[in-house]
Amino acid sequence: MNKIYSRIESIVGNVIAVKARDVQYGELAEVRTRYGISLAETIRLDRDTAFLQVFSGGRGISTGDEVRFLGHPMQVSFSDNLQGRIFDGAGEPRDGGPALTDNLITIAGPSVNPYKRIVPREMIRTGIPMIDVFNTLVKSQKLPIFSVSGEPYNQLLARIAMQAEVDLIILGGMGLKYDDYLFFKDTLEEGGSLSKTIMFVHTAADPVVECLMVPDISLAVAERFALKGKNVLVLLTDMTNFADAMKEIAITQEQVPSNRGYPGDLYSQLAARYEKAVDFSDAGSITILAVTTMPGDDVTHPIPDNTGYITEGQFYLRGGRIEPFGSLSRLKQMVNGKTREDHRAIMDAMIKLFAAYRDTLEKKSMGFQMSQWDRKLLKYGELFEQRMMDLSVNIPLEKALDQCWEILAECFEPRETGLRTELIQKFWAKRA
Amino acid sequence: MTKGHVTAVNGNMVSVDTDGIVTMNEVAYILTGGRRLKSEVIRIRGSSVQMQVFEITKGIKVGDEVEFTGELLSVELGPGLLGQIYDGLQNPLPEIAEKVGYFLEPGLYLKALPRAARWHFTPVAKVGDKVQRGMVLGWVPELHFRHQIMVPFDLYGEYRVVSIAEEGDHVVDDVIAELEDTRGNVRPVKMYFSWPVKRAVDCYAERLKPKTPMVTKTRIIDTFFPVAKGGTYCIPGPFGAGKTVLQQVTSRNAEVDIVIIAACGERAGEVVETLKEFPEIIDPKTGRSLMERTVIICNTSSMPVAAREASVYTAVTIAEYYRQMGLDVLLLADSTSRWAQAMREMSGRLEEIPGEEAFPAYLESVIAAFYERAGIVKLHDGRTGSVTIGGTVSPAGGNFEEPVTQATLKVVGAFHGLSRERSDARKYPAIHPLDSWSKYEGIMPRKAVRYAHNFLERGAEVGAMMKVVGEEGTSLDDYVIYLKGEFLDAVYLQQNSFDPVDAAVPPERQKQVFALVLRILAARFEFEDKEDAREYFYDLRQTMLDLNGTPSGSELFASLFGKIEKAITDRKPEFDPRGLEMIATLE
Repeated sequence: MNKIYSRIESIVGNVIAVKARDVQYGELAEVRTRYGISLAETIRLDRDTAFLQVFSGGRGISTGDEVRFLGHPMQVSFSDNLQGRIFDGAGEPRDGGPALTDNLITIAGPSVNPYKRIVPREMIRTGIPMIDVFNTLVKSQKLPIFSVSGEPYNQLLARIAMQAEVDLIILGGMGLKYDDYLFFKDTLEEGGSLSKTIMFVHTAADPVVECLMVPDISLAVAERFALKGKNVLVLLTDMTNFADAMKEIAITQEQVPSNRGYPGDLYSQLAARYEKAVDFSDAGSITILAVTTMPGDDVTHPIPDNTGYITEGQFYLRGGRIEPFGSLSRLKQMVNGKTREDHRAIMDAMIKLFAAYRDTLEKKSMGFQMSQWDRKLLKYGELFEQRMMDLSVNIPLEKALDQCWEILAECFEPRETGLRTELIQKFWAKRA
Repeated sequence: MTKGHVTAVNGNMVSVDTDGIVTMNEVAYILTGGRRLKSEVIRIRGSSVQMQVFEITKGIKVGDEVEFTGELLSVELGPGLLGQIYDGLQNPLPEIAEKVGYFLEPGLYLKALPRAARWHFTPVAKVGDKVQRGMVLGWVPELHFRHQIMVPFDLYGEYRVVSIAEEGDHVVDDVIAELEDTRGNVRPVKMYFSWPVKRAVDCYAERLKPKTPMVTKTRIIDTFFPVAKGGTYCIPGPFGAGKTVLQQVTSRNAEVDIVIIAACGERAGEVVETLKEFPEIIDPKTGRSLMERTVIICNTSSMPVAAREASVYTAVTIAEYYRQMGLDVLLLADSTSRWAQAMREMSGRLEEIPGEEAFPAYLESVIAAFYERAGIVKLHDGRTGSVTIGGTVSPAGGNFEEPVTQATLKVVGAFHGLSRERSDARKYPAIHPLDSWSKYEGIMPRKAVRYAHNFLERGAEVGAMMKVVGEEGTSLDDYVIYLKGEFLDAVYLQQNSFDPVDAAVPPERQKQVFALVLRILAARFEFEDKEDAREYFYDLRQTMLDLNGTPSGSELFASLFGKIEKAITDRKPEFDPRGLEMIATLE
């Protein structure tokens, strides 16, 4: 029988303290307030006092409210019925459908044995040339999208969700604006991808504690589907809100802050989530794409900085485009050697020329005279931005590679590209 | 056995009340939900004891029973360590995988050394011999090493061999000798023993000064910023600068007997690459797979934080153990910042007064004590053995002014600072040639290296000036110095770790090529104009890069070498006499 306590000793921020016996660290409880029932998680035990973090927040809780311990840690239901459904950060339905209570699984379980991991080997096609050609996304990779507020990062995520060749998409929204939530829902519905999507959405209006649950719930469900053989893509937006929620709780808990107010375990906390990305040798996989908005566009801010140390590269989304410089997929070498023979060579050649174009732009802005070569580069840069970088471009990898050759042929003589002769003979000629 | 019970849980810190005797840093087990969770005592205040738990603490209740073991956190030392993959507490990960599958299981601890393996023991000591701790009793073949079975390091004082096993096969648990102390107590000795990880192994006659270079076959390290056997070095760098790749390359190519890799709080994927590749790569020196000279201690970022702190100590203890056999051991720790962060997390939970960036006040002394466990030592029988430690540092925001980098710089003998600027420009290894330093003697005379380094410095100065005044405002002489600096950087400092030849350059070849580069640096070429100079150095660079990718001793190598020499003499330059002097010191 679960014990019920009817006296709350203290309420500080979102954390309440109850004198209770036999409580497990991490145990879940229900708090009955006059505004309804909220879940709460035990985050600290000190002799006969249990400290609980209340999901719906401390506001309106009275010291006379009832607390009932449930005897288990935070759980989420797992079954195929999850597909197509939308839940909030506490795992409650947000779409008006029935609550799911069968086959409960514990969230934030132990990490995968490194020995059981395998070296990533398959690409995930997204139809976005800046990703497929230049920084290929690999199955089981964890990649953040570094961006700033105002950039269309959610649009980018939605597009990847619709086009990526995966079995299942799990979208974890943290501090999403309600409009953005509706945008995701509508876009996936229109695109017909909603049936293979599960959404756990915490909106900016919801209590901050629920925001903390979203990555764990999303990844716990992803892990189960992956073990059943599915290739799962987990999209998280925005991890900066998650880190800020952690900061908020840590500070109200009077933890010693380490860097700009963030708790000392920020790295470990982020890593515990990102490291859930995995490719099981004889089952499915988890790939993680997570938006991290950089406060003040500063990559040395603790959130993007710690993230960069954890993830396998990063995409920079600036000015509505994925930046070719700075963006990096650390795992691309593992797959781009076996897509098409010209993939690596054309990737390098295109980027080198684009770097030269940027230099020319700088020269031009300083008022230097443009040479013949400069004019070629300017034309090239413009075509590159139009046909490759523009986010509306939506073509398969092979077509994107062909397009690269076309752009080169429109702008340059073969020998100006620095490409190997045998490749030029094969691909340049094919076009003509 | 002392017992107690849990009174508080906060993250991975648990408080326990006990009325028995407790030792600082001893291991205790928390009995909860049918599991035994390993933990370590980190503070004692009256009857209240604080422990860090090496597992997820979910599910622990106030009142749960705690058993104290009286033993400090220890590792097993004996035959069977090589080729193993352990977690931070020396649990063999492959066996855990076999037992429980994909996920790690809290409370599951397995024996570090294989108990069933039979080893062919050959005695060395004889009955009646006087022995002390660390002395050799016999040996067993472990892969291509003679693994010495030594008197356990915790047997302090003089002993007499009472009995010793004859030549034959044994498992590690067999008693292979009996030793008698001066009071007549007899101690059975097995083929393995335990040693507490946080105590440095000190069974040697004396510590020597690190003098012999440890060859890494990476040019910029061996020539410019060398590391000595028994020395220490650190590699700080922002994310994406190539710390881990540099460590991987070193672990492959370093000329040492044994490599211990401590993957401490970093990406699991990177360890996996090592795990899968090393068994496939053949070590040219021994003709066996690289895995056979490697031990991997792997506590990646999502594994419990307290065990991450333990992992670097586990690694260094195993390194010291092999050093006691007269071997040269290299310990690569990636990354020491994660270890420092683990200390910071615990310090915060203990509510200690925080130092800079909330790191504990004892950060510096702990880092110093760790690096001081490196060293080259003379053993009691006259042989020498060494432990070299190379640690990466991941400074927050890539800023070297932070506490961990600064504390590390104080105690290491060489500093290989990686720069974002160089890695962005794809100049690998991205060790910054102007910021880095080394206090060790390398494979080349120091003077000659300084002569070459001078061109890098002056070249960089000219380069910075040129950004302001443009190429037009720079004199031809200055411009040539700039080109020489760039040339040295491109053909010597940068190295292609994916090219089979360029990836590992032995010392002889480094000397040969360095002499050639010095000749070019020392030559006073006459150029018509900057265009002429630039073209000349571009051509030289191209030939030199081709040379770097060509195997030594091949015909092509000789012809490319000749081509470069001819390109120099064709210009009929005079030579700087100091430069020629330097070249002479190389021979």
